[in-house]
Amino acid sequence: MKPKKDLNLFPYLYILPAAVIVIAFRLIPIILSFILSFFKWTIKGPEKFIGLTNYSQLLRDPGFWQSLTNTFYLVIFVVPITLILSLLFASLLNRTTKLSGLFRTTYFIPTVTSLVAISIVWKLIFSPQNGLMNHILGFFGIHGLGWLSESRGIFTLLFGAMGLKIPAFLGGPSLALFAIIIVCIWRSLGYNTIIYLAGLQNIPEVYYEAAEIDGASKIKQFFKITIPLISPTTFYVLIMTTIITFQVFAQVYMMTGPPVGGPLGTTKVIVYYIFEKGIDAQEFSYASAIALVLFIIILSLTMLQKRLEKKVQY
Amino acid sequence: MFKRILGKGITYLLLILCGLVMVVPFLWMVSTAMKSQTDINSGSIGFIPYSNVTYYHNEGKKEKANIVTQDKEFSVINIYSEDGKTFKRSYVKVPNSSLTFEKKIKFNFKNFSEAFSKVPFGRYFINTIFVSLCVLLGVLISSSLAAYAFARMRFKGRDFIFYLFISMMMVPQPIYLIPSYYLLTKIGWINTYWALIIPWVANIFSIFLLRQQFKTIPKDLFDAAVIDGCSRFGILWKIILPISKPILATTAIFSIIGSWNSFMWPLVMTSSENIRVLQVGLSYFAQESSSHTALLMSASTFSIVPLLILFLFAQRQIISSFVTSGLKG
Repeated sequence: MKPKKDLNLFPYLYILPAAVIVIAFRLIPIILSFILSFFKWTIKGPEKFIGLTNYSQLLRDPGFWQSLTNTFYLVIFVVPITLILSLLFASLLNRTTKLSGLFRTTYFIPTVTSLVAISIVWKLIFSPQNGLMNHILGFFGIHGLGWLSESRGIFTLLFGAMGLKIPAFLGGPSLALFAIIIVCIWRSLGYNTIIYLAGLQNIPEVYYEAAEIDGASKIKQFFKITIPLISPTTFYVLIMTTIITFQVFAQVYMMTGPPVGGPLGTTKVIVYYIFEKGIDAQEFSYASAIALVLFIIILSLTMLQKRLEKKVQY
Repeated sequence: MFKRILGKGITYLLLILCGLVMVVPFLWMVSTAMKSQTDINSGSIGFIPYSNVTYYHNEGKKEKANIVTQDKEFSVINIYSEDGKTFKRSYVKVPNSSLTFEKKIKFNFKNFSEAFSKVPFGRYFINTIFVSLCVLLGVLISSSLAAYAFARMRFKGRDFIFYLFISMMMVPQPIYLIPSYYLLTKIGWINTYWALIIPWVANIFSIFLLRQQFKTIPKDLFDAAVIDGCSRFGILWKIILPISKPILATTAIFSIIGSWNSFMWPLVMTSSENIRVLQVGLSYFAQESSSHTALLMSASTFSIVPLLILFLFAQRQIISSFVTSGLKG
């Protein structure tokens, strides 16, 4: 029989190295961030308690609203398009056995490569003079799009080309932000396709065989069997892509500007705004307040999606 | 039958199309990296790097030349000597009609060395490898110890501490970035390797992964070891770790990919050049020499290549571990 004291002390020694790091570089900063968002806080340290001043300033800050709107645009476009495309490609991959390993590897490459390098490459692709994108669009008779320098909304441009005028608030994300959206979709598509593929391979073949006997068409099988049975994967993809998209930073930092976030601030996303306020301007407390708003948004969306998942669970 | 073949055809067409979209940026990166700046500036888009060679015809002789200035009728040229490197004659005024142009495929491999010499990328590589290895070592040690305790020991507050850890995994990096910057400034770690390494030597996700794995090891194995007089640490060292090699490899791969590609943290925490890591160095290079497209693409290429090699070697393991760990989480 070992003494009881030994049982109590030893395990803590084992978790000590990890715990020290986690407490010092996660827990304390997170708590600090929350507390000091109610202070006037600069590089010298917390100076005085100012209550909700940072938060009320936030509500009146056009830069904050703009970055929030831009981030929402990003999420609204990236998440559903990624979801649909990755399910489509996973179903196609699931139907072929030949070359599927090759396709899987190919699709996955963007996931493991650095965002900085791919942003540099995509910036060149979107270059108006010698970029690949405009050259390809040239085949379709579209010339000279100033991708990353165009602040007008994509819908404004689209309907404008058809001779229609639409109100400014329906203009959609700027063309520059849309370029970022394309890169984000490209980056997340491969990973999510592979996740979906794993989910699809877990669906027992017998369901499809039974449906086949009952005479259900492929399309009907897809909507009546695949989509319901794949819903746990869908929720995982939904939550992860949302969280990741809310945190987009490197693409904006590397692809836009100078000044970063241009043209006219239409690509300034919330994490870049935190960076700008907190690191460049050293307004620590204000940046913390923005970070907390971001945290609350992400947390509530995650909870909402989890709740939704429970409701639609098959 | 015909319908099935058509279906297969469309399937493959879409898959190939998507595959192309996925890799074309990389292919273009590599091809642009090997183009000459004049080829890029000429607005040609192709994937094959060309060089334009100018020839000067003089009394039936064809000599390689280099245009200095040109107007409607005359050009001022330099004529190369036989070795093609030095000039035989400089600033010769000749009629345009005596010049011909030839497009030749030419891979400018020297862009890579030029980019490498222009910026201390060698230093950045060493910094990145050093930081990645230190983090890797720390993660492996701290995670296996903690995972062992969480999976195999009973102690007060175990579940609470574990869930506290897990919940912190959900907190996005921007949330703790600013206070971390402030704290690291206070303890004087800004612009040191400490700032790049220490906060990352514990990885909650790795602890979680290893704990899941350690839990699956049958209890009888431990009982037998205890009877044989094996200590607690001995059990971890001699039994658990050897049979968990695949999951340790996965943890290592995740750790290396994470360190190699991390950008925002080192960007914020360091500013001096001698401890700059590759990604930050690349971002500075991109800002400073945005017009040197070929060099920029060379730099991007060699920042990607090491991980790409790792990926191609271990792709099966990487993909499947991304998938299973993702689905478990």
